[in-house]
Amino acid sequence: MTKSDYHRCYTRNEPAAKAAVKLEETLADVQILLTVNGRPMQVAAGTSVAAAMMMAGEPCRFSVEGEARAPLCGMGICMECRVTVNGVSHRRSCQMICVAGMEVVSG
Amino acid sequence: MNSRFDVVVVGAGPGGIAAAAVAAETGKRVCLLDANPAPGGQIWRGISAQKAKSYPQGAEFAAWKLRLDASGCEIWPGWQAADIVALRRLRVESEAGSRDVEFERLILATGARERFLPFPGWTLPGVMGVGGAQALVKSGLDPRGKRVIVAGTGPLLLAVAAGLASAGAKIEGIFEQAPLARLTRFAMYTMFAQPGKVMEGARYGLRTFAVPYHLNSWVRQAQGPGRVERVQVSIDGKESAIDCDWLACGFHLVPNLELPRLLGCNIAAGYVTVDDMQQSSVPGVACVGELTGIGGLEKALIEGEIAGWAAAGNPTRAISLSAQRRKQQEFALHLDRTFELRAELRRLPMAPTVVCRCEDVTHNALAGCTGWREAKLHTRCGMGACQGRICGGAAEFLYGWGPADSRPPVYPVRVSTLAAGIDAAGIASC
Repeated sequence: MTKSDYHRCYTRNEPAAKAAVKLEETLADVQILLTVNGRPMQVAAGTSVAAAMMMAGEPCRFSVEGEARAPLCGMGICMECRVTVNGVSHRRSCQMICVAGMEVVSG
Repeated sequence: MNSRFDVVVVGAGPGGIAAAAVAAETGKRVCLLDANPAPGGQIWRGISAQKAKSYPQGAEFAAWKLRLDASGCEIWPGWQAADIVALRRLRVESEAGSRDVEFERLILATGARERFLPFPGWTLPGVMGVGGAQALVKSGLDPRGKRVIVAGTGPLLLAVAAGLASAGAKIEGIFEQAPLARLTRFAMYTMFAQPGKVMEGARYGLRTFAVPYHLNSWVRQAQGPGRVERVQVSIDGKESAIDCDWLACGFHLVPNLELPRLLGCNIAAGYVTVDDMQQSSVPGVACVGELTGIGGLEKALIEGEIAGWAAAGNPTRAISLSAQRRKQQEFALHLDRTFELRAELRRLPMAPTVVCRCEDVTHNALAGCTGWREAKLHTRCGMGACQGRICGGAAEFLYGWGPADSRPPVYPVRVSTLAAGIDAAGIASC
């Protein structure tokens, strides 16, 4: 991308970009309420379920030998962050954003 | 439900975004899909317009994102590529169900993952990848006040440590396995041949936070119980123990070759071989970015643009970027050489150390196996949910096993997705 392309992108969509920034500033203050292993928890809007599990200090799953496991790769590859979300098991928590009322359970 | 496109791009990191935007701007009907909740890939993960200014690559992302949005490209976040079910037909899955997308040309920009090497304690909660730590923090994990050890190998160590430090973590040290001679050669090369590379900025950032950077050093063991609390490190031949809250440890990157391998693309020395216009050995299939060599952001962008022009039927524009591409390919070769793994790391796992995390298969159980086939038959190594994505990179280094076959589906999917082909409507809801 050349410098002129770059400037064109910015100037052409400036009002839209400014509106988007304002919207995001508002959203960043929004707190999402969910439950992790039955306990209520608040996170900033946009937080992934994997990040929420780590901040709650809860393991995501238990290995076949029963070891507690937590997120490893953070990018949807390793499958260590699988949790049960709203009753659906084996969800990759690093690929999911927290939603109000979500019920997350380890394992 | 079926959808037809001129071009389907898999992976919405820099390479995929550049390819999709360039092709769509010329009027091609383009679909860009990615398993993540938003486009950006790993390097641009979690950058919002609001925060763009505070990231080193934020302005570049904002510019590309605007260009992509204006290009008319269809963007499908949250869709995982599962299988090539027929010639020029890709099956994808999301929370909503599955669908098939048809294409004339396919551009693969699936990026890379970290190579993980097993050591005692590496399965403890609190031990994560280097890119893993960065990705988790970018998706909302709060690093403030955390004592973090960053270890392994590769340019990511510096960049991630600098990023975590500026976000409020206390970096207890960086432990890079590469020896000084290699790093010095690399530093000279980046200074003269590749000015402006991320390394320089990271080094500057780390000086600001006074983080100790140790070469010839690696983690020997992570200790719990329950979660990582202390790490044993070997610092240039001397043993030491350091308390921490998180251990971020990863050994450079390996490309996500599952889709190219499934399609039968020619792969040599660990990367997809492509021509001047990023075309693989399979007609109609191009590969860009880390798939053709681990080279980072600039390489992915330029290769994405080349593939985009090629898909748009404009080989002249594609070829005009060759010189820039060559420079980035050279950088990728230097990275591989600089951060080559030392033999001592093969002695890190002890007999009971888990190598395959999905199936809890130990080093002891694998040491007697001659290759993947035997390992799978006797131990289930590589047969769990990640399908060998994590233990594969370790087994290649520890035991010298070549890559295991790539079989459909390339990701664990719902039965309804597999069965969608026999459903008359072509869509399966969950």
